Amino acid sequence: MEENNQKPRSPYYRSLMRRMVAVVIVVSFTPMILITWGFLYQFKILYHEKVYAHLEELVQKHQQNIDVFLKEKLADVKFLATNFSFDQLSNEQFLKQKLISLDKEHGPVITDLGIIDEKGIQLAYAGPFKLEKANYEAADWFRKSILSEYYISDVFLGLRGHPHFIIAVRNENEEQSWLLRATINFEAFNSLVENLRVGTTGFAFILNREGKFQTKPSINITETQAKGYLKEYMQLKDNRSITEESHLNGQPIIHVSSLLKNEEWLMIFQQNASDAFRDFIHARRIALVISFVGGCAIITMAFLMSRRMVKIIAKRDEENKMMNQQVIETGKLASIGELAAGIAHEINNPVAIMVEEAGWIEDLLEEEEFQNSKNMEEFRRALTQINTQGKRCKGITHKLLSFARKTDSRVHDVEVNALITEIVGISAQMAKYSNINIETEFEEGLPYIEISPSEMQQVLLNLINNAIYAMEKTGGTIKIGTKLSQLEKDHIVIIVEDNGPGIPESNLPRIFDPFFTTKPVGKGTGLGLSICYGIIQKMGGKIDVHSAVDSGTRFRIWIPFQKEDQQSTKHESNA
Amino acid sequence: MSDANILLVDDEQPFVETMTKRLEKRNYKVNAAFSGYDAIKILEKESQVEVVILDVKMPGKDGIGVLQEIKQKYPLIEVIMLTGHATVESAIQGMKLGAYDYLMKPCDMNELVAKVDEATGKKRAHEEKIVEARMKRITGTRI
Repeated sequence: MEENNQKPRSPYYRSLMRRMVAVVIVVSFTPMILITWGFLYQFKILYHEKVYAHLEELVQKHQQNIDVFLKEKLADVKFLATNFSFDQLSNEQFLKQKLISLDKEHGPVITDLGIIDEKGIQLAYAGPFKLEKANYEAADWFRKSILSEYYISDVFLGLRGHPHFIIAVRNENEEQSWLLRATINFEAFNSLVENLRVGTTGFAFILNREGKFQTKPSINITETQAKGYLKEYMQLKDNRSITEESHLNGQPIIHVSSLLKNEEWLMIFQQNASDAFRDFIHARRIALVISFVGGCAIITMAFLMSRRMVKIIAKRDEENKMMNQQVIETGKLASIGELAAGIAHEINNPVAIMVEEAGWIEDLLEEEEFQNSKNMEEFRRALTQINTQGKRCKGITHKLLSFARKTDSRVHDVEVNALITEIVGISAQMAKYSNINIETEFEEGLPYIEISPSEMQQVLLNLINNAIYAMEKTGGTIKIGTKLSQLEKDHIVIIVEDNGPGIPESNLPRIFDPFFTTKPVGKGTGLGLSICYGIIQKMGGKIDVHSAVDSGTRFRIWIPFQKEDQQSTKHESNA
Repeated sequence: MSDANILLVDDEQPFVETMTKRLEKRNYKVNAAFSGYDAIKILEKESQVEVVILDVKMPGKDGIGVLQEIKQKYPLIEVIMLTGHATVESAIQGMKLGAYDYLMKPCDMNELVAKVDEATGKKRAHEEKIVEARMKRITGTRI
C-alpha cells in the first residue's frame, strides 16, 4: 500500500486517468485513421481512374467524331469532284444546285463551293460571299492542295476575313488540273468541340501544329500557353494522354489531349481537378466530417469512461485498504489473544503454588502450639486474603483464556447472552476505573445464532470501548440488552446503550465510514465502527445508531437466526 | 474407611511438594511424580496407589497420554485431572478416556479432598465387587 492517502483527485489517479485516456484515444484513433485514410486513398485512386477513363473515352469519342466529320465532308467533296466533270462544275448554277442539295442533306455545314484552276483563279463559286474570280495563287492552302490529291486546311481568315477552313480535292482533265474547294462552316465545326462540356469547368479546344486555335476555346487561353501545351503533346508516342498539373492559380487542372486529322491537329480537353473530382471531394468531406464527429465522441467517451473507471478503482483501493486494515486488526487481536493465553497459563501455575503454600500455612496453624498465638486472627485473615486474591487471579486468567480461545473467525452456534456476559466480564474492570457501570438485561431462552464468536466479540468490545471512551471523564452507565426482534423476523437484536455525551448530528451519517474518527491523531484509526459494520454485514445482519447530544447513544445490532423448528433440538441439548 | 493412597503428578515441583505435605497432613499416603514417565514408573513399583491426581499440561508425556496408559494397565485406579485452563474439550476428552473428574488449578483443598475421597470410595467399591464375584465363583464351583 502506498503511504499517502490517495483520494480520487490525487496526482496518482490523475496520471492514471491521463494514461487511460491516452490509451483509449490512441487505440481507437489509430484504426479509425488508418481505415479512413486507407479507404479514402483507395477510393481516390479508383475514382481518379474512373474519371480519367471517362474523360479519355469522351475525348476519344469526340476525336473520332471530328475525324469522321472531316472524312465525311471530304468524301462529299470527293464525290462531287469525281462524279461530275470540270465543265459541269464550272457552271455556277450547277454548283449552287449541288451546294443546296448538300445543305439539305447535312445541314448548313458547307458554306460555299468553288472551282479553282491550276493557276489559282476561282473559275466558279457558289456561296454567300462575292468571291468569283478570286485569285488564290498566293494562298498557302492552294499551294499545298495543288500538290496533293486532297487537302484539309487549318483554320484561317482568308479573303473573307472570317475564320474558316477548307477542304480541297484535286482532279485532272485532259487540259489541266483543277480543284474543287469547299469551305466548312466554322460555327458548325466549332459546335462539335464546344459540345464537349463536362461539369462546370470542363471544355475542349483544338490546336494546329503552330499552336493556333482551330476552335474557339470557351475561356481565355493565351497563345503562349497554348504553344506550351502543343510542344508537350506533339511529342506524344501514344495518340492520347492524361496529365494533371498545377495551374497558375494553384488549382490542379486535368488535361486530356488527343491527336486528330492525321496528327496535324491536337484536341485538348481541360477541366479543373476540383470540378472533375467533385463527387469524390464531396464524399471525402462527408467522411472527414464523420471522422471528426466520431473522434470527438471517442475523446468524450474516453474522458467519461476513464473518469468512471478511475473512480471505481479509487473506491476499490479505498475498500481494499480498509480490508487490509481490518485483516491487520483481526490479526492483531488474534496475536493478542495468543499472548494472553500464554500469559494466563504461565501465571496460573505460580498462583496455584502460592495458593497451595498459603493453604499449607493454614494447615500448620491448625496445630495446637499455634492456637494460643496472639496474632492468630491476623494470620487467618491474611491467609484468607491470599486465597481470595488467588481466586481473583484465577478468574482473570480464565477470562483471558476464554477470550483467547475465541480469536478465530470460525463460525459456530453461539449463545449470545453467554458471549455478552463474558465480554462484559472483560470490560467491566476497565469501565470501573472510569466510574462506569455496565448493566445487562437479557431475554432468556434466545435461539442460538450461527456466527464467529471472536468477530462478535470484536464488535461488542468496540462498541463498549467506544462508550467507555465517551464517558471516560463523566462516568455513566452502559446498558447491554438482548431480545427477539419485533421489527425483523427471525432476528435477535442486541442493544448497546450509554448515557454519555452522544454524537453530534453532523457526525452521525459518517461514523461507519472508514478512517472517520473524532479521536486525536494517533489515538484512533477510525476503523472500529467500519469494521463492526463490515462484520455485521458479513453475518447477514445490520447495525444502526441513534444518538442525541447530552442524552446518550444507542447502537442496535440485528443478527438473523435459523428457524425455530430447525434448532429446537440443538437448543435443548445445549441447555 | 482408611485413608487413600494417592499419586500426585505435576511438572511444577513446588506445587507437588506443598500439595504432598498438605495431603499427608490429612493422613493420605502420597507418592509424588514430576513427569508422566515418573508417574508410570512409580505405578509399576507401588501397587497400593488408588487415586492419581494428574496435571493435563506437562512437558514430555502429557496428562492425556498418562491417563490412557494408566487406564490400560491399571483400569481400577481412578484419575482426577487438574487443568490449568478451562478447556472444555480437554476435560471432555479426559472424561471420555475414563478420568473420574477434573478440577481447575488453583483448586480448593476441600474440593480436592472431597473428590479424592469419592474416587477412593468408588475404587474400593469396584474392588469389593470383584472380590465378591471371585468368592462366588470359587464357592460356586466348590458346591
